[in-house]
Amino acid sequence: MKNSFITSNKSIWCPGCSNFNIQAALVSAFSELKLEPHRIGMFFDIGCTGNGCVSYNTYGFHGLHGRVVPLATGAKLANDKLTAICMAGDGGAYGEGLNHLVEAARNNFDITLIVSNNRLYSLTTGQASPTSEKGTETKSTPYGVNKIGMNPLSIALSADAGFVARGYAYEIKHLSEIFKQAIKHKGFSLIDVIQPCITLDKKNTKEWYSKKIYKLDKNWPSKDKNKALIKVQEWGDKIPIGIFFEGK
Amino acid sequence: MKQEKKITWKIGGESGQGQRLAGLALGRVCLSSGLFCFVYSEFSSRLRGGLATNQVSISDKPVEAISKKINVLFALSQSTLDHCQKNMADNSLIFYDDNKVKEITNNKGEIKYIPLPLKELTDKVNLDSSVYNFLILGISVALLNLDIKLLKKEIEKGLNGNGKELIQNNKEAAQIGWDYANENLNIKQFSYKNEINLKSNKRIISTGNEAVAKGAVSANCGFYSSYPMTPSSSILHILAKQAKENKMIVVHPEDEISAINMAIGASWSGARAMTGTSGGGFALMSEGLNLSAMSETPLVVVDSQRPGPSTGMATWTEQGDLQYLAKVGYGDFPRIILSPANPEESFYFTTLAFNLADIYQVPVFILLDKYVSESHKTILDFNLNKVKINRGKIFTNEQLAKIKDYKRYAFSKDGVSPRSFPGQKNGIFLANGNEHDEHGFSIDGFSSDLRKKQMEKRHAKLKNILNDLPKPEMFGSDNSLITLVGWGSVKGPVLEALKELNQKGNKVNYIHVPAPFPIDPKSLSGLLNKAKKIVVIENNYKGQMADLMQETLGMKFENRLNKYNGQQFFPEEIIKEVKNYEK
Repeated sequence: MKNSFITSNKSIWCPGCSNFNIQAALVSAFSELKLEPHRIGMFFDIGCTGNGCVSYNTYGFHGLHGRVVPLATGAKLANDKLTAICMAGDGGAYGEGLNHLVEAARNNFDITLIVSNNRLYSLTTGQASPTSEKGTETKSTPYGVNKIGMNPLSIALSADAGFVARGYAYEIKHLSEIFKQAIKHKGFSLIDVIQPCITLDKKNTKEWYSKKIYKLDKNWPSKDKNKALIKVQEWGDKIPIGIFFEGK
Repeated sequence: MKQEKKITWKIGGESGQGQRLAGLALGRVCLSSGLFCFVYSEFSSRLRGGLATNQVSISDKPVEAISKKINVLFALSQSTLDHCQKNMADNSLIFYDDNKVKEITNNKGEIKYIPLPLKELTDKVNLDSSVYNFLILGISVALLNLDIKLLKKEIEKGLNGNGKELIQNNKEAAQIGWDYANENLNIKQFSYKNEINLKSNKRIISTGNEAVAKGAVSANCGFYSSYPMTPSSSILHILAKQAKENKMIVVHPEDEISAINMAIGASWSGARAMTGTSGGGFALMSEGLNLSAMSETPLVVVDSQRPGPSTGMATWTEQGDLQYLAKVGYGDFPRIILSPANPEESFYFTTLAFNLADIYQVPVFILLDKYVSESHKTILDFNLNKVKINRGKIFTNEQLAKIKDYKRYAFSKDGVSPRSFPGQKNGIFLANGNEHDEHGFSIDGFSSDLRKKQMEKRHAKLKNILNDLPKPEMFGSDNSLITLVGWGSVKGPVLEALKELNQKGNKVNYIHVPAPFPIDPKSLSGLLNKAKKIVVIENNYKGQMADLMQETLGMKFENRLNKYNGQQFFPEEIIKEVKNYEK
């Protein structure tokens, strides 16, 4: 019997939103891993990503802003058979909930955290996020963000996360492969997904990213944490995507 | 009836001198001697130095509260003496460390001061000041005319795992104290020789926190997450230590926010889940409480109160969180507050809390305070046969298979719709902190009818909740001049005070409210209507339950007896204060 991971509910995302791509990549990963909908627990943060909750035909919990990681952790600890997937944005995962990310990484709880990172608070109409670049002018920072944009991957690596990857919403197949590996990984995994906001972000657009994004080499030494720590900091003319690190 | 023989013993010194260990060991010796006791400690939030005391009220009859008046004091420091001597009973004794206490003032003649050469006694046998507490227990057991062998057994039990030498040293110290008392002190007034009753077996000594932990285990709690906060922490310590044998997941997470969200996640997964904290920690949990309410995910929350606001006084007691827990929330939703008054109730109310949470799919508080959480009391052992587990409406796989379109939040007359758990093939649903339709899918104001119906569904539970709550109870005669009304930990001191107040006729009775929220108007007003003069007694500044009762019952409660200095009421204070209302 074919499993349907998607409900018939209408999405509330903007037409053409790159979150649809992430959803497609994830559903494809579920399907290829032969997961069953009733054994998947999906945990949704607040924001555009979290509002995707109505689209998934799996067990789900749409929780509080920033708290999706502890919510999933409790569920997973109480039911070890569950495949626990967290869907969050950069605001929830790296702003409101960063402490939980660090702790989940240190604890190596067996959950997969997928972050739609558009470097903005989009659903609240576009304020600065922890990953906004210094100088970015937003509604909450009309004179430009006055702090350095955070690198979530180096934080995760420093906190001993066992699986650290970056994906790109417009590289669906590549992203789906990362999701598969992350779900299979026993322990905490973080996948930061670059997800340009097509409605609010006029600068960091698909065109802007597509010129810079490149995939890590097939032979990238993903067991070498020190190399990963350096590589995740590459962000400029070139932006690498792929699995930077996978420990035991 | 034979008159009660009650004495109150106290030891005081610096933090780290083992007063708590001594008080508990004395309590246990009393237990194995067939006596009753209440063990109570006062201390600062520091590990060494300062002042720390432990106080034990001992009786041949059940003891409901610690007494204020001290019959025997052991002062290991000058500040102990200075602090405690104002509370000495008539014909009482103060033993003091002759090396530490230099000034004896305020001797009005009714107290006997006895120097103890603790250093000299221990130097002789090459022991040091670390055994003073058990040397003093040796003396104490001699004064009470109890069996030194029982004390030695308690030392072995209490210090188990601390190495043979330490146990041997303390046993030796106890013997030295015992011999010293028998050779040098000829004091008969505190002897319990004729009151010993070894038939009374099935009793134990327990704190409220120990009872909550035991209650959680008995209720099949599968998940406990808690960030340490005095005075709730010992629940975490106990459950963490026993986690394997109880097959309970016990987590100390990064903060209280994580603690409550984890517990909600675990409950969603199918475990019975609890989190624990004190008021300040709960402040961080309050958003999570709202999530539990909106998603109708059962949750048990322990709040052991201490004086606030803010950090307040970490190691002291107050009933200051009632209004907060009753009202906290952005938006209306039902919740239940159970407030155990003692270890017995802490156990049974904990098992009840899990049932109520499951039956009504609402958050349930167990509202303790430092006095209940940390005081030891002699009680009848918990009756595990009394524990009934009711998990409420849950669909089986078979039931789910027959349903074409499972709706987790289906409208129902009683407001409760059956749950499913992840792993059940036909039970897939979305739990949602957003307002949602019957499936759990998010809705907004364009579906205002659905919003209205979900609000009404959640509130429809209230009717049955009120029927299921433990009922207010009246102690004493219907026909009393004064009626005290209280909740939680005031019960013990009030019951103890009633013993004396009603020695000559029925002057005072007491209405105890075990579930202070939501207040059940029917059962409470029935009792209140019989009262002549009502005094609401609470361990807080404003009279928080009095205000809640005013709101609910439309009555005025003008007489309020409040204490908010960080201590619970002592029976003696209630006796004195109530006399003012007799006029």
